[in-house]
Amino acid sequence: MSSKAFRRKLDIRNGRVDLSHGSGGRAMAHLIAEVFHDSFSNEWLARGNDQAAFDVAAGRMVMTTDGYVISPLFFPGGNIGSLAVHGTINDVAMAGARPLYLSASFIIEEGFALADLKKIADAMGAAAREAGVPIVTGDTKVVERGKADGVFISTTGVGVVAAGLDLSAEKARVGDRVLVSGTLGDHGIAVMSVRENMTFETDLMSDSAALHELVAAMVEAGGAGIRVMRDPTRGGLAATLNELAQQSRVGFRIEEEAIPVRPAVAAACELLGLDPLNVANEGKLVAIVAPEAACDLLTAMRAHPLGRDAVDIGQVVEDDHRFVQMTTSFGGGRIVDWLSGEQLPRIC
Amino acid sequence: MCLAIPAEVTELLGDDMARVMIDGVGKVISVALIEDLKVGDFVIIHVGYALTKIDPEEARRTLDILAELGDVQAERVS
Amino acid sequence: MKYVDEYRDGNVARVLADVIASAVEESRSYRFMEFCGGHTHAISRYGLEDLLPNNIRMIHGPGCPVCVLPAGRIDMAILLAERPNVTLCVYGDLMRVPGSQGSSLLRAKARGADVRMVYSTRDATRIAEQDPNREEEFFAIGFETTTPPTPPAIRLAGKKQLTNFTIFCNHVLTPPAIQNILESPDIRDLGRVEIDGFIGPAHVSTVIGTRPYEFFAEEFGKPVVISGFEPLDVMQSILMLVRQVNDDRHDVENQYIRAVTRDGNLRAKTEVADIFELRDQFEWRGLGLVPYSGLRLKKAYAAFDAERRFEMPEISAADNPACECGAILRGVKKPVDCKLFGTVCTPETPMGSCMVSSEGACAAHWTYGRFRDMEQRRAS
Repeated sequence: MSSKAFRRKLDIRNGRVDLSHGSGGRAMAHLIAEVFHDSFSNEWLARGNDQAAFDVAAGRMVMTTDGYVISPLFFPGGNIGSLAVHGTINDVAMAGARPLYLSASFIIEEGFALADLKKIADAMGAAAREAGVPIVTGDTKVVERGKADGVFISTTGVGVVAAGLDLSAEKARVGDRVLVSGTLGDHGIAVMSVRENMTFETDLMSDSAALHELVAAMVEAGGAGIRVMRDPTRGGLAATLNELAQQSRVGFRIEEEAIPVRPAVAAACELLGLDPLNVANEGKLVAIVAPEAACDLLTAMRAHPLGRDAVDIGQVVEDDHRFVQMTTSFGGGRIVDWLSGEQLPRIC
Repeated sequence: MCLAIPAEVTELLGDDMARVMIDGVGKVISVALIEDLKVGDFVIIHVGYALTKIDPEEARRTLDILAELGDVQAERVS
Repeated sequence: MKYVDEYRDGNVARVLADVIASAVEESRSYRFMEFCGGHTHAISRYGLEDLLPNNIRMIHGPGCPVCVLPAGRIDMAILLAERPNVTLCVYGDLMRVPGSQGSSLLRAKARGADVRMVYSTRDATRIAEQDPNREEEFFAIGFETTTPPTPPAIRLAGKKQLTNFTIFCNHVLTPPAIQNILESPDIRDLGRVEIDGFIGPAHVSTVIGTRPYEFFAEEFGKPVVISGFEPLDVMQSILMLVRQVNDDRHDVENQYIRAVTRDGNLRAKTEVADIFELRDQFEWRGLGLVPYSGLRLKKAYAAFDAERRFEMPEISAADNPACECGAILRGVKKPVDCKLFGTVCTPETPMGSCMVSSEGACAAHWTYGRFRDMEQRRAS
């Protein structure tokens, strides 16, 4: 449906979303055409159906769903839209799968600026194009003022994983190595830097990125040796390792000195009283791999721009308590625990 | 307790405020509690205020003492 | 980070560990209390206890102003925040501190109270300025480190003629608390806990100087070493305490010479003395009522005093009877001695402040030290 069907163009610059944009009538069709179809622009959306049809490739299908409710919506290095595309692609990729298609559903608060909505949609379209993973179908709803924090985005991603590749959380084994693809804490700190009442000045950007090509390189170099991969988003590395410890019924022993953290991230964490291990990442992965595969996998990771700082940080150990233990730079030991609730900046 | 961190004063702004930097992270804070501040000084900041200046000579002295302890210990062991 | 990384050098730490091991007398036992949560945190985070000889025992003290805030004061703040047209600004640490009956500011926020986290008192005045139609309260807590940032905010509010800005004052003083600990029956008469020396607070001391500690060292015959927060600072301070104990000295020594002087920050002290006066007594969680240990705004600043501006009946809430925070804060018991530790009381569901604040003895032990207990149990 082209925008020639509508008499007047949407006032993207100054206009606001209102309830009519969600009520299924002409206004909604107008919004969808001028904002979403315009930004996402692909053959499926051009057909104007409520669904998208595509051939299913050979192999096992992988599917994931995600919700994005972040605040603030815009942060250094991205916005809720680019984050949604990267995050969903990554969830599919963590299975060692090739992401194929995305869907995106928007719940928009009445009064939301069209200019902001277009910025978000443009970022999503760009991220999807760059990754080669189109957004083929979507939905739009508008709710009353106060019932959504600007906009909520919900996504689904589908992909295909090669036969025989079955990465899963319960597969870590004693002796396996723990690899991380790069510096930790960048995203969470970039977002914190623009959070009201906590602002600080930094060049730091979110690391939000689509990891599927890095994953493809890893699978090619040594897929058979990968037990499980996960991206350490909310809760950071600490949450991811603790989850895997429970799910695989093991413990971890990692080296503090090996964990890569940018100096600016370390400084911001000191300033606010946060621990980089608890801070979210949106463009990094953790891979638990067989010890004999670690070397080749690291080489493959480092050859990719998103894995240049990849490093081996430790190993899987036997532990009935499922602790994630860390050897500090002093040679002493401490536990890396899950956080209870969101990490809050502290004075104390 | 009292999470406080050393930061370098990079700019004196009016109104008892200053910009400080730690490893590339900048923050505008109050220097209402400090006297005689210069750009290049290091201060300890806590909840958005500079509490005291760091004395670079005394900082050096501490590191020297620690190094000395190391030398003495090495002699004792050998 | 300059003036930070140099004091985190693992190689120097190992050397210091050797020096300390050589310095301790084998037959002697050394029990040192670190008053300040920042030191507890450094000891736990770097696993310093693994580097110390077995006859040195670190006892965790009151730790932090969040840990010692009584549940009743939290209840009062919640009541204030729940009033229509009130915005309560707080430091992040306070959000999860339990009031009585399982309440907290975080839970009050979920129920609709306007509670906002701020980094600085300046943020609080800015919020008051931005919305003159709402009453804006700042929940002021802290030892002497966090107290000096409050007066400039009050002065700024005065200058800008803000009539909607008040302080709920819970500032407390360190020396009276140390004295209270030293005078407690457990320590003085019953000899249940012997404290051989104190590691004195780092940033409190940048403000008050080292002079106020000279009284304890003299009166109680215990050495005090004022220590920086970095791990090498703590280790050097432990060495200094060991040497004092060996020599039967009880002096005040300053390890944190790069930031602390004998007289402290005169300007900060003057600001505080201008705006605040001593309360006759103030309740400390775990210590009970401590005389002359809390501050309130002087009458001249009554317009900025939430307790005078609003009707705020004093609430005194009893702690969970099984909660051992009191004994733990005084160093009489360890976290594992508390029946609630790890079962009912966890960082997720804190019963007392020792678990809420990451500086609290219980939270620090949960986060860093739990696996040592398990290993010890396995070994025995």
